[in-house]
Amino acid sequence: MTSTSSPINDVLESLLGRFGPLTTSTFRGQTRVVVQPDALFEVLSFLKDSGFDLLVDVTSVDYLEYRGAPHRYGMVYLLASTETGQRLTLRVFLDDPNPCVPSVVSLWEGANWLEREVWDLFGIRFEGHPDLRRLVMPEEFTAHPLRKDYPMQGRGERHNFPIITRDHS
Amino acid sequence: MALELPENIVVSKLDELASWCRKNSLWPMPFATACCGIELMATGASKHDLARFGAEVFRFSPRQCDLMIVAGRVVMKMLPVLQRIWLQMHEPKWCISMGACASTGGVFDTYAVVQGIDRFIPVDMYVPGCPPRPEQLIQAIIDLQDKIQREGTINGREFNTQNRQATKRALIGDFEGVSLDASRNPLIQRRFIDRTSGNQPVFGTGEIV
Repeated sequence: MTSTSSPINDVLESLLGRFGPLTTSTFRGQTRVVVQPDALFEVLSFLKDSGFDLLVDVTSVDYLEYRGAPHRYGMVYLLASTETGQRLTLRVFLDDPNPCVPSVVSLWEGANWLEREVWDLFGIRFEGHPDLRRLVMPEEFTAHPLRKDYPMQGRGERHNFPIITRDHS
Repeated sequence: MALELPENIVVSKLDELASWCRKNSLWPMPFATACCGIELMATGASKHDLARFGAEVFRFSPRQCDLMIVAGRVVMKMLPVLQRIWLQMHEPKWCISMGACASTGGVFDTYAVVQGIDRFIPVDMYVPGCPPRPEQLIQAIIDLQDKIQREGTINGREFNTQNRQATKRALIGDFEGVSLDASRNPLIQRRFIDRTSGNQPVFGTGEIV
C-alpha cells in the first residue's frame, strides 16, 4: 500500500535532496533509510524538524558471522510522527575498533537510557552523552554481553561472589 | 520413689521445647523474584493456607524473619542483595530454595543468572518444580519443621558444624583440598561417566562455566 503523495515520501524526497543519495528500502509499508555515521546527527535533527518528533527506540544488532554482512554493528533508530502516525527506521552501520555514534540526547531526552542500554550490552560509544554508564548490568561488569563473541554462559562473572556460610552470621 | 505427675504435664528437654516453639512459628522472608513468587503467594493465601503450619506471617524486613524463601531466579546483580538480606536476618534462621531456578539456575544457563543460590548462601531445603505447586512448598516447610525439631539447639550450635556445610558448598574453588569444580575434579567426573559408551563426558575447556 503505497501512495506517491504521502507525507513520508515528501520527507524522504527532501531528505535525499539535502543529504545526497541514501540507501532506502520499503518493506510492507515500513520505510528504512541507511545513513553514514558522520551524517547521523544532522539527519535525525532534520527528521525531527520534519515531523518525526518521537524517538521510539534506539537499539543495535551485532552482525558478527552473519552471512554476507559487510559491517559488524548495525544501529537502529525507530522514529514516529505523532501527527500522522507514520514510522521511519534509520540504520547506521559501524565497525570495530571503537564503534561510535553521536548521542541524540540533545534532540530527545528519552534517548538517554536507550543509549546507555546499547552502550552496556553492545559497547557502542555515544559521543556527547551526558552520563554514559551501564544501565542493566552491574557497574563492575567489564564485558558487553550481547556481542556475539561474548560466551553465552559468561566468563565466570556469575560465580564471582563471596561464599557465605553459616559461620558468617 | 517415682514422682506422680498429672496427665497434662509433659517432661521434655529445653532444646526440644525451644525447637518445638521455633518450628511452629516460622516467619518467612519472601525473596520472590519470578513466577515461583506467585505460587508462594498462593501458598500463603486462603486456599492453601500456610497459617495451618504456623508460617503465615510474611515479613518484608529481614530483622523480623527466620525463614528465607528464595522463590525464582537470582541474577548476578541481585545476588549481593540476597546475601545482604540473609546476613541481616537473625539466628536461628533457615533457607528454602524454591523451584528449579533458585536451586540450579533452571533453564537460564546464561551469563547473568546464578546457577543455584546454594553456591553462595546456605540452603536447608530444596523444592523441585517449575514452579512448584503450593503443596510442594508446604511439604518442604513440614520437612523443615521436622529438621528444626531434630537438629535445633537453644544456642544454635547446629549451625556451626562443618558437616552441615560440606554438602552444599560452592561448586567452584577448593573445599578441604578437593576441587569442587566438576571440570577439574576426577571424583565428580567419575560419577558422570556415560554408561552406554564408557567415555568421559566433556566438561568444557577448564574455564569456569
